[in-house]
Amino acid sequence: MNLLAVWLGKSVLLALRALGRRGNALPGLVVEKVFPSFLPRALARLDDGVVVITGTNGKTTTTKMIATILGERYRVLTNDSGSNFVRGAITACVEHATWGGRLPFDVGIFELDEAWAVRFVALVPPQRALLLNVMRDQLDRFGEIDTTAGLLGTVAAATTGHVVLNRDDERVAALAERTGAQVSYYGVAPQLRELFPNDEELYGGPVSRSTKPASAELRSLPAGEQPHITLRVAGSDHEVLLRADGPHNAQNAAGAVALALTFGLDTATVLAGLAKVSPAFGRGQSFDVDGRRLVLQLVKNPAGFRQTLRTLDGVTGADAIVVAINDDYADGRDVSWLWDVDFAALAAPASSGAHRSTAGTRAADMAVRLRYDGIDVDEVEPDLEKAVRVAVSAVPAGGHVVVFSTYTAMWALHAILLRIGQAV
Amino acid sequence: MKLIHLYPREMNIYGDTGNVLVLMCRLQWRGLPVEVAPVSVGDPLPHDADILLGGGGQDAAQGEIGADFAGRGAELRAMADDGVVMLTICGTYQMLGHEFVTQEGRRIAGAGVLDVVTHGQAERLIGNNFVDTTDAGRLVGYENHSGLTELGPGVRALGSTQSGRGNNGRDRTEGAVRDNVIGTYLHGPVLAKSPRFADELLRLALARRGSDTDLEPLDDTLAEQAARVAVGRPR
Repeated sequence: MNLLAVWLGKSVLLALRALGRRGNALPGLVVEKVFPSFLPRALARLDDGVVVITGTNGKTTTTKMIATILGERYRVLTNDSGSNFVRGAITACVEHATWGGRLPFDVGIFELDEAWAVRFVALVPPQRALLLNVMRDQLDRFGEIDTTAGLLGTVAAATTGHVVLNRDDERVAALAERTGAQVSYYGVAPQLRELFPNDEELYGGPVSRSTKPASAELRSLPAGEQPHITLRVAGSDHEVLLRADGPHNAQNAAGAVALALTFGLDTATVLAGLAKVSPAFGRGQSFDVDGRRLVLQLVKNPAGFRQTLRTLDGVTGADAIVVAINDDYADGRDVSWLWDVDFAALAAPASSGAHRSTAGTRAADMAVRLRYDGIDVDEVEPDLEKAVRVAVSAVPAGGHVVVFSTYTAMWALHAILLRIGQAV
Repeated sequence: MKLIHLYPREMNIYGDTGNVLVLMCRLQWRGLPVEVAPVSVGDPLPHDADILLGGGGQDAAQGEIGADFAGRGAELRAMADDGVVMLTICGTYQMLGHEFVTQEGRRIAGAGVLDVVTHGQAERLIGNNFVDTTDAGRLVGYENHSGLTELGPGVRALGSTQSGRGNNGRDRTEGAVRDNVIGTYLHGPVLAKSPRFADELLRLALARRGSDTDLEPLDDTLAEQAARVAVGRPR
């Protein structure tokens, strides 16, 4: 039956490719319907088991970090194609299985959406889980944050071997009580804690500082001429040069390291793997358009947007800034979350003279939001390609354009940028 | 002008804090001084407030503030009688009513300022929504609630909704008004894309003080554009 499922999935994939389509979800969806037991049977054969990564922010980048680190020692199967529903994991399986129906891998590393992670673990109890954070996101879909924490609790409960938790997110740290698996933590140093406010802390709630020991702790961030981050592992500090920008990715790196350590890898191997990780799709990816460097930054929710705005703190700043907000289902229909983000960074000295524009279906909404933070935009252009062209032409050659973009706008922009420019 | 921001820590999840920012800016842009006083659980209510704003919160937070809110009932009713302008959204709208009856039948007393009663239910009413009012034109926002609110004879509806679910998904009403007190389920935040409504609240507050209610016009082209777009989007 495995063989039939693999052939079915691969056939759908080939058909989609012949039609010139991406199709990361459909092959998995078809196999899921016809062979519902394919996924658990296929993954049960991985000697080193399955790792689930979930939480509101950082899933994709952290999954890529873990897959790259473990790739130093293991044959890694991962769903790096952008679909983080159960069907995305199935597509990864059929795509990377041999035509003989074998999965030539040691370990499966799967990023899963919070709600789909619950369905996944019901089918495939993972050996390991990394639970990142619970932030306000898609409240039109999840209802509220406590509900999301409950979903992650179900994942913790289903994990058989080792659960790694973010000690600095109280809702996540509390999930230690929900699991019979071994528990370890990752975290940021107390003096960095204020850079990572949760939604309550943003509104003046007390900043919690956990005293739980962390198997990987972020000790320092790049500053001035010093581009490295420092991670403390097993009592000693190590400098690492990350290729993904921003404090949030440094925090994700601590999570990835803590998870990788549960495989018994030595610190040097883990950190060597970490230094090789390139930015994930749309998470700080760079493009060249007419001799200007354009960086694409995905934003999905208030906490993520706040963190990503911190990438503007760098000394280079930006010569043009585009904020692209779509409100399709995958973005969240409700755009009121934009009011939980402080946009002062767009007016910060490093970017003070920048050309500023808004784009996407809710370009006007975004411009209204900025106006109430005292920031006037130069252009309100719903059409994404026009908005990018205007921004690029507003800066001199060699200039730096930063595009903050919601999910569906990011996919569209990615295609546009590959057409009018090239990835660098 | 003095604005009370009620429960800024506990009730802030759907961007309703933006209503505070909108009113603050619209006063400042016109050169009118404004002060914002946050009031959390246990804090005294300033007696010289012109406007009180409250937002939506998580169900659990609503439990935390429930007793505090109900304990302020007499004070809040006196403020309402005195013409203080109040704009309360979602959770704080519900708690300004007589009571909230949870799905399990537990009764949580409200402040009794608005003649409304809310019953919890499993289904959430979620989506883009716009509401037509007689005094303030069209209000544009987003609804996301599981409480069904019934209006009593002591209030009138804020407006009517055609495409949204409104107070209870049944009678096409949205929100409730009594004197200068308004409750509504519209997030968004509602004042961002309903500038006429925002200025109407400021005029009510100025009139109560006996001040000049002529507000210098502002350029609301962007807000009107954003409202038109939102009305045309899928629910």
